[in-house]
Amino acid sequence: MGNHSDGSPNHSGTVATAGQNEVEKFQDPGIPPHRLRLADTDPKAAKRAERQVAVLFGTSVVGTVIFLVAYFAIDLGDDSTIATIRLQNALLGLGTAFAMLGIGTGIVHWAKALMPDHEVSEERHAIRYEDDRKAAVRIVDDIVEETGIKRRPLIRNTLLGAVALAPLPALAVFGDLGPRPDDKLAHTMWAPTDGKLKRLARDPDGTPIKASDVTIGSAFHVIPEGLNELHEGKLNEKAKAVVLLMRLDPASLNPSPGRENWGYNGIVAYSKICTHVGCPVALYEQQTHHLLCPCHQSTFDLTKECKVIFGPASRPLPQLPIAVDDEGYLVATSDFKEPVGPSYWERDEHERSINS
Amino acid sequence: MSAASTAKAPAYVANTKVGRITDFVDERVGGSGILREFGRKVFPDHWSFMFGEVALYSFVILLLSGTFLTFFFDPSMAETHYNGSYTPLKNVEMSVAYSSSLDISFDVRGGLFMRQVHHWAALLFVASVAVHMLRVFFTGAFRKPREMNWVVGGVLLILAMAAGFTGYSLPDDLLSGNGLRIIDGVIKSIPVIGTYTSFFLFGGEFPGTMIIGRLYVLHILLVPALILLMIVLHLFMVVVHKHTQYPGPGRNDGNVVGYPLGPVYAAKAGGFFFIVFGVIALMAAFFTINPIWNYGPYDPSPVSAGTQPDWYIGWVDGALRLMPGVLGDFHFEFVVFGYVLTLNVLLPALVPAGLVFTVLFMYPWIERWITKDNREHHVLDRPRNAPTRTAIGMAGFTFYCVMWAAASSDLIATHFMVSLNDVTYWLRALFFLGPIIAFVVTKRVALALQRKDREIALHGRETGRIVRLPHGEFIEVHAPLDEYKRYKLVGFESPVPLPAEPNEHGVVTRKEKRRAALSRWFFEDRVAPATPAELEASHGHHEAVEAGAGQKTLSH
Repeated sequence: MGNHSDGSPNHSGTVATAGQNEVEKFQDPGIPPHRLRLADTDPKAAKRAERQVAVLFGTSVVGTVIFLVAYFAIDLGDDSTIATIRLQNALLGLGTAFAMLGIGTGIVHWAKALMPDHEVSEERHAIRYEDDRKAAVRIVDDIVEETGIKRRPLIRNTLLGAVALAPLPALAVFGDLGPRPDDKLAHTMWAPTDGKLKRLARDPDGTPIKASDVTIGSAFHVIPEGLNELHEGKLNEKAKAVVLLMRLDPASLNPSPGRENWGYNGIVAYSKICTHVGCPVALYEQQTHHLLCPCHQSTFDLTKECKVIFGPASRPLPQLPIAVDDEGYLVATSDFKEPVGPSYWERDEHERSINS
Repeated sequence: MSAASTAKAPAYVANTKVGRITDFVDERVGGSGILREFGRKVFPDHWSFMFGEVALYSFVILLLSGTFLTFFFDPSMAETHYNGSYTPLKNVEMSVAYSSSLDISFDVRGGLFMRQVHHWAALLFVASVAVHMLRVFFTGAFRKPREMNWVVGGVLLILAMAAGFTGYSLPDDLLSGNGLRIIDGVIKSIPVIGTYTSFFLFGGEFPGTMIIGRLYVLHILLVPALILLMIVLHLFMVVVHKHTQYPGPGRNDGNVVGYPLGPVYAAKAGGFFFIVFGVIALMAAFFTINPIWNYGPYDPSPVSAGTQPDWYIGWVDGALRLMPGVLGDFHFEFVVFGYVLTLNVLLPALVPAGLVFTVLFMYPWIERWITKDNREHHVLDRPRNAPTRTAIGMAGFTFYCVMWAAASSDLIATHFMVSLNDVTYWLRALFFLGPIIAFVVTKRVALALQRKDREIALHGRETGRIVRLPHGEFIEVHAPLDEYKRYKLVGFESPVPLPAEPNEHGVVTRKEKRRAALSRWFFEDRVAPATPAELEASHGHHEAVEAGAGQKTLSH
């Protein structure tokens, strides 16, 4: 196979055209002659195929029996183990598979081996006939004429107006799907209630954390004290309030002006809710002091106030200002100074109102 | 009149009981006419036509298994303490939805099997819709008169993904809860209405207590009803258009060649339903899918590493991962007139998916405009015979696959022991370069395959038989093709670029010039089908070689 540009006038190496004056084409030879199958000529082969189909249908019966036995004979009871469930699932599946595949392969084998396999040709019909089109146009014209809508623009215009407005109630009626957002996203449970600062508690058991419990290099998953006692909206509050608590060598933290006293002795707390789309930033790399979000791999540098160093997040994680109370427990001195979690249209407005 | 005429012709009386019942029905609904029209209707056959059937059948299986699940599932987000037979979660606080999903898995006989069947069938449903659309695209089946059916197919693809996602979230487990949280984050990034939309969807703050119930109604009522409606439209148009057929001897745009519906085609297609069901049952029996009991109930605090959405959502999730939030010192989130525009979420969530679906929906009209081809096409193109279209399709497919791979960037990194950041950097580059590379490579491959077809049509196939000629030269003997096989290789159109034409005012518009440029880009590299004259010439050539008349070439 050498010559790759047969008869080409050669515009480019990839073009291969027939000579300009050779417009003649190969004629369609028609449907190829039908080739007989073994079962068409040999009665023994046909009989064999018949038996094969019957065996396949028989397999299906076996499958149905397997299913029924597995369903009724295996008792899940109250103390069923995973192994029992696994066994029942496997047998129910196997039974169904045999039952279905037996019928399916049987029918297909029957069709392929024994039913006539002559390909036939059928004419296609026009999708639309010109006569029909003309008749349809006439009918539409007559209908429009009889309504008189063209002659009576007043009717047409008022109808259009009415129809355009009528769906509005159908939209309005969905107004109670949810409450107005107001500034709900701007606040979390960390705000002190009645002047009492909230303690930092362990997630999930809710026991408060002492500053002395937090050794250098350790990390805590934190919820506000009292969260577990909430009866309503617990998950809603938790979805905003979860915090990661870590202790580093104070020298490696570089707090910006105004945030020097947001930590305590190298202990810092940051929102666990990713500023990208809200996954929990659950992975703390102790050696590099990086926080990594497992959902989309946004990476935050703890030594730079959780600035984004990689990934799709654009904002640092909000820091929770913390201190130690008289009994040595860690407390939040205030709510977050900005809304936590993913950005939203009114976020900047909320941040300004928090800080004013 | 009727009394007189019926008296003349003796009324038909069926001989058998079944015949009489059939006749009773037929007299009242006119079934004979329908059977006469469709009973022997011809359907072309090809393995690649199977994907649409797989989609239809897996949808039927979804309806069957899904109905079973609704009898046991309780879409309530009320809190409860688990009291089923799965001991590791005993007494754990969870929603009723999650608890009832566990009950289906562990305490309802066959419940786990039905869940497995339902989830596998869902994955297969979206996959088969997608592959079916790829088949339709690469064979040019979307051309006139089937453009609208292509659009219906695109809508079905979107609905299939919607059905999948709403169902995936129902068990209220940790994994799907995090998925919902990502959706919430994406919704909140929408300018102006984002926050409201989120509150309206969740009935307040995330996660609230409404979302599972609402998704449930969408999942079991609205979305399946729309899918069913679209399937009816889709099949109605298939009947109106009749099926396309692959090119070959005896097949042209005026006929349809294949097997009659009854019995062969009906048997094959009907039997295939049971095969699809059987294969799904096998997967459900032996391959665990979505083991919700391993994830635990939804809690906004924990998340497991290496989590993946169901495959069909992967490309959107991957796009979210690929987008950098900060580029150098440039932040993709900024404040405009006091409001937040968070492009690092908005762009990847909307632009790639928007691009893919816009091009997908518009493509039939784009190609029709470029080629000015307004004829009906019922014979498919072999993908190689439309190199530019095939290349465009592969470019889009690559674009999709890069995003899809990006959804597993962390797993790629841990599995192949490479840096996660490097994987992301490479995929970011491929996001832009991949489609271009795929376009160029595919086009060259298609042209090369066309040239190979030409060689084979003109010179026959290689037999592997080496013959030594009297003067010592070795040649490989080529066996000529029979006319049927040859026609398959030469029976296609190879359009030439269509230069710009003046309109009725004699003006060549700028739009027309643009069209002509696109037409050139579309068709300038082309391989024409071999002609009888060329075959004649090559035969002379051949005989000369075989006679050993001193031809030095080994090329034929």
